[in-house]
Amino acid sequence: MKYAYYPGCSLEVNSASYDVSTRAVMEKLGLQLDELDDWNCCGATEYFTQDELVATSVIARNLALVDKDHDQLVAPCAACYLNLKKVDKLMCDHADMNAQINQALAAGNLKYKAGRVRVRHLLDVIYTDVGEAALKAKLVQPLNGLRVAAYYGCQVVRPVGEFDNPEYPMKMDEMFQWLGAEVVDYPVKSHCCGGHMTQLSEDMAFEMIRRLLQSAADYRADLILTMCPMCQLNLDAYQGRVNNYFNTNFRLPIVFFTQMLGVALGIDMKKLGFGKELVAAEPVIRAKLEGQAAGATA
Amino acid sequence: MSVESTEIHRSQFMRDVMAETPDGERLVHCLQCGSCGGSCPNGPDMDYTPRAIFSMIAANRRDDVLKSNTMWCCVSCYFCTARCPQEIPITETMYTLKRMAIREGKATEGDAPALARTFTGFVDKFGRAFEVGIATRYLMLNKPMSGLKSMGMGMSMFARGRLSLRPAKIRQTGQLQAIISKARELSKQERRSGGAS
Repeated sequence: MKYAYYPGCSLEVNSASYDVSTRAVMEKLGLQLDELDDWNCCGATEYFTQDELVATSVIARNLALVDKDHDQLVAPCAACYLNLKKVDKLMCDHADMNAQINQALAAGNLKYKAGRVRVRHLLDVIYTDVGEAALKAKLVQPLNGLRVAAYYGCQVVRPVGEFDNPEYPMKMDEMFQWLGAEVVDYPVKSHCCGGHMTQLSEDMAFEMIRRLLQSAADYRADLILTMCPMCQLNLDAYQGRVNNYFNTNFRLPIVFFTQMLGVALGIDMKKLGFGKELVAAEPVIRAKLEGQAAGATA
Repeated sequence: MSVESTEIHRSQFMRDVMAETPDGERLVHCLQCGSCGGSCPNGPDMDYTPRAIFSMIAANRRDDVLKSNTMWCCVSCYFCTARCPQEIPITETMYTLKRMAIREGKATEGDAPALARTFTGFVDKFGRAFEVGIATRYLMLNKPMSGLKSMGMGMSMFARGRLSLRPAKIRQTGQLQAIISKARELSKQERRSGGAS
């Protein structure tokens, strides 16, 4: 299988660990990722606040750049995924928007046929196209002994909810159960991390982050698995400031699901981007997995 | 019940909001059930819940709606949209209200429009989001105190190679800018003609 790959801006620098672990895992699983040539920023929510047609046209440029050899576009970032998916759907459902967006694209000598590219999230690709049997067959380092909270956030499961439940998604939970991890209940698994709210109102943003950390701590998770760079940034980089704000003492590593999957597939942690998170994940993971191995031999 | 029977209740403001929102015609089906406000993580911080906003839109209370903080509390989590029993595109309606408030000079919240302007300004120029540039420019001009408090975090990010001081750039910036200019022009034309989206 081969897919066009849209990394998105966050994966270039601030969430490079998501990018390197995605590439490493896909290679290990025998799936080909071809980075979309000259892709541009999806604009997150920011163009939509200003001009709908500019927002959708900027996104549609990326759909138009997918070449004839590819009919699926994979995005690991939740905001990128939703934007690409949303624009394709708007173009399919609304002839007038389709015409206008193509008029804008024509100014750059591009066109896009609505519905031609199937936009998919990375979790869906690994869960569905690889599946349980193949993942278990490639399992090198079972994750027994590790308690993980699977955090989905908003924009992959809503509003489309194409491959999982919009209220209580389970696909990441199942995947990590296959890999031997103890996946804890996490009632807030599809709640919002606040997105860009940290830049607008810290009072509002920090409370949203606190709820997510508190719930994971209540269920004694060793770490939180995420599938969105914005969620990782908010829960990890702001964790110290949230602790100061609420006088709490959370120390929860926030790890991309591809990093943890990579560990299970036997990929060296150095090649999975560990060490870039502000709350260190590696010591916790090593202690749990080695503790389990020692217990098993005893 | 036919949609026509509710025709007479549509205020001018409601028509405008509907015209600018994809699938906005669903707005007439609001039952005032309140699932939206109850689902919203920031509902308690809003001047009016989305349910109240929909009723105010129907009542043509344009200024009260556009000057409220409601849409600026929206973090686009889509819980309201997913739960609305009438399939009203609530999150997209919030985007419409944000755009209208900015255009009509009624936005009482200054930071969110500034963040959007700064963010898209860099994307217009480079084709990619330049995080350090966006955060520095936005925080210095709008929230210097908040910028200072984030310095330590920024240094930690930088030390781990998570921030770059140089913007990434696409090759075909001219192509992207031509698309953006054309889209802006088409939007303006459409608003002048008062057409539906």
